[in-house]
Amino acid sequence: MNRIDALFNRKKGDILSLYMTAGFPELDDTVRIISLLESAGVDMIEIGMPFSDPLADGPVIQESSQRSLENGMSLKLLFEQLKDIRKSVEIPLILMGYLNPVMQYGIEKFVSDCKEIGIDGLIIPDLPLHEFRVDYKSLFDKNGIHMIMLITPQTTQERILEIAELSGGFLYVVADSSTTGVKSGIAEAQLSYFKMIKEMEIKVPRMIGFGISDAETFQTACSYANGAIIGSAFIKSLSGIKDSGLETVIHRFVHSIRSTN
Amino acid sequence: MKHKGKFRADEKGYYGPYGGAYIPEMLYPNVKELEDKYESIIDSEAFRKEFSETLRDYVGRPTPLYLAKRLSDHYGTNIYLKREDLNHTGAHKINNTVGQIILARHLGKKRIIAETGAGQHGVATATVCALAGLKCIVYMGALDVERQAPNVRKMEMLGAELRPVHSGNKTLKDATNEAIRDWINNPVDTHYIIGSVVGPHPYPTMVARFQSVISEEMKVQLSEKTGREFPDYIIACVGGGSNAAGAYYHFLDNEAVKLISVEAAGKGLDSGMSAATSTLGTDGIIHGSKTLLMQDEDGQITEPYSISAGLDYPGVGPLHAWLGKSGRSEVINITDDEALKAAYLLTRMEGIIPAMETAHALAALEKQSFAREDVVVVNLSGRGDKDMDAYSNNLRNDISNE
Repeated sequence: MNRIDALFNRKKGDILSLYMTAGFPELDDTVRIISLLESAGVDMIEIGMPFSDPLADGPVIQESSQRSLENGMSLKLLFEQLKDIRKSVEIPLILMGYLNPVMQYGIEKFVSDCKEIGIDGLIIPDLPLHEFRVDYKSLFDKNGIHMIMLITPQTTQERILEIAELSGGFLYVVADSSTTGVKSGIAEAQLSYFKMIKEMEIKVPRMIGFGISDAETFQTACSYANGAIIGSAFIKSLSGIKDSGLETVIHRFVHSIRSTN
Repeated sequence: MKHKGKFRADEKGYYGPYGGAYIPEMLYPNVKELEDKYESIIDSEAFRKEFSETLRDYVGRPTPLYLAKRLSDHYGTNIYLKREDLNHTGAHKINNTVGQIILARHLGKKRIIAETGAGQHGVATATVCALAGLKCIVYMGALDVERQAPNVRKMEMLGAELRPVHSGNKTLKDATNEAIRDWINNPVDTHYIIGSVVGPHPYPTMVARFQSVISEEMKVQLSEKTGREFPDYIIACVGGGSNAAGAYYHFLDNEAVKLISVEAAGKGLDSGMSAATSTLGTDGIIHGSKTLLMQDEDGQITEPYSISAGLDYPGVGPLHAWLGKSGRSEVINITDDEALKAAYLLTRMEGIIPAMETAHALAALEKQSFAREDVVVVNLSGRGDKDMDAYSNNLRNDISNE
């Protein structure tokens, strides 16, 4: 069974997913950070594939991508780094990135490498629904890899249903109309949007992301969805951290999110 | 009126394999609203009246179609210049911004954003925002802000808020990313005036329609001057490709008209410093559109180079990718040096200082052989005021042909 599905079967709420940029802060940190996140008790990890032109990302993730590219990261190298990841890591792993590098890598080879390594899902925000349905869906289905799709506060109810139908693993509920890491906190209007989504009784699990940065926002998100995703706040905590400091920083960060005071 | 034909976009915005709307869901409602509404608005009587009156009384259209006699003698053919340089603000860019500002008002938008490279589109946007009394924010790469001081000052005087972009390479590509991010963060009250026939559907089609006034006028002017309403050749420079799209628009389906698209070869095709996207680029996604682009083997978008700031865009409009691929247009690459020579030749023979972008189109005249009776139209997309520093620095170049 796909590890994302197994996770949601086993655990219904308070699911914590963290976003990290591959090859950041240092080129060879990718595997180490994944392992540390798992040991710190994170339920799922989104591994960002860096791109020169990340349209949906705010400054924090943009800078981490740029740094990663300067470090020498590429898709080829990422697959190389992740080659043996399933010997040690059991939680679901998702690759997140933009369509162009995937296209250049070759979509069929990309999917087959993902399968071989044990990647469970993909998030490619700039792959349109129509093109996914027509050109890509059967390839992903055949290889047992979920394509996770996004909805936003501006998405109409009709379209939410359409997207939820196609989204594999879970539905990514973007908390606010924004790029990543730009707005923080959760406003009143967002709560009614979360509530509306909750009441739609969508079959696929829901994870809330964008603007989730601490224990408080995590808890709020979890009361409306199966869990939440944190990206920019985590990336920010990593910047400037050298090898020996990673363990402390990562454990402290995850603990701070999980703590309910 | 919607045009149909082999070189028109289908309903998803594809020109052959190119185009579409490769955008994150956060941008979908904005783009969808535009897609759903723009055609009925721009086809309405009220819009058409205001658009054509503004082009006539404010922009100064129609622009002349001028028979350049000395240049024609020099090349042994009949060369007509479509004088887009005589538009208000000095280039074709304003045709599009006038159309989009009227559209934005019909859509009820209160806030306008735009990207700019050399600053021409930024100035054209700031101009129409002043005219319409709308708030204007222009994103410009931090490097370009330094390089294009006169246009920066113009935008500021026109009341635009200029936001220097420090991400990526700090040039046009990054300014475009930042404008798109602004639109994601301001989905309700904002209209994004993109400056060329690039970006997600419906922008390439919409911008081409606003620019199509160029070829619409050409038809009338050609039949007055030559007795035939189409030329043998149209030559235009292509960065994103909006002036070329406008000059080609009404002739796309008439294959008797040869279309010559001129791209910037910078310091040479093999130099690693060029913006020859159609020749050196490969299929990919940039700014929401599937098209040809300059990228490395990992799919990271690379920074192009040209002496002309208006041509150094790493992509090309999907229409042009398709015209080139299908063989409808011929793509010619012109180096910095060839463009400089052509600029001097036009200036000394006709008393017209062209924009550096336009100089590339003029340089293509050297590479083509024409029959004595051929009618050749060069789209003179802009004037050279903004390029005087670059021209002065190269003033010592000889003009051997004279």
